[in-house]
Amino acid sequence: MNAAAIYAVEGVLLVSITSDITDTDIIDLQEALSKRIADTECRGVVVDISALEIVDTFVGRVLAQLTSVARLLDAETYVVGMRPAVAMTLVELGMYLPENHTALTLSHALDKMRQSGLIDGLRRG
Amino acid sequence: MVFDEADRIATIELEQDRDVVRARSRVADAMKECGSSELMQTRFVTAVSEVVRNALTHAGGGTLAIYAMPNKRQVGIECRDCGKGIEDIDAAMADGFTTRRGSMGRGLGGAKRLSKTFAIDSSPGKGTTVRMIGACSLR
Repeated sequence: MNAAAIYAVEGVLLVSITSDITDTDIIDLQEALSKRIADTECRGVVVDISALEIVDTFVGRVLAQLTSVARLLDAETYVVGMRPAVAMTLVELGMYLPENHTALTLSHALDKMRQSGLIDGLRRG
Repeated sequence: MVFDEADRIATIELEQDRDVVRARSRVADAMKECGSSELMQTRFVTAVSEVVRNALTHAGGGTLAIYAMPNKRQVGIECRDCGKGIEDIDAAMADGFTTRRGSMGRGLGGAKRLSKTFAIDSSPGKGTTVRMIGACSLR
């Protein structure tokens, strides 16, 4: 898959989505990410959507699902890099992404996860 | 709403999900060409994404035509499909209406809110045509 890539960064999984991602790619991503969470036992996921020029109801729904699946696997998801115009459009659509934590940037998300203990002492138990 | 006075600048056949990406990108280019602000472009491209995806998922495909409007600060689109049509358009436009599990049913009503002008023409058995105009600025 080249429309999205998953990297292990500072103890979290960083998901980078490119602008030309298709609906099929994003469903593949959901599957790949779930496996990586289980394999790595990581507790934090950061989804970087800064390359996305738009987020429509389909992508919004997939982001929510991704977060819900990750949560069942004991990982919290942060969506980062949302463009201001995308945020305004999502609110007009009535999509507030209540399932997702958001942070402006990756480093903000990492700070927040450190504070909530999701990064240090990554391994469970 | 008709596009008789408008220039058709692109036609995109909608056959697979890759075509939704192409449609978005072509409409974004057209908005940029008329000097759209980032917000107005994002709003209209999102609206186009919703109706184009509808044609693909509900009707198995369709055709998108993109128009440069006589008012140079606007872009028009017509998305036509030959699917089974919509029985109750008012219900389909309402937030929360969906024919699919897991969908939130905000697509069509959302597209109307995000465009300057919105018209839908559909009847059972005859397919659906959506026409929208996006403005490049609020003024």
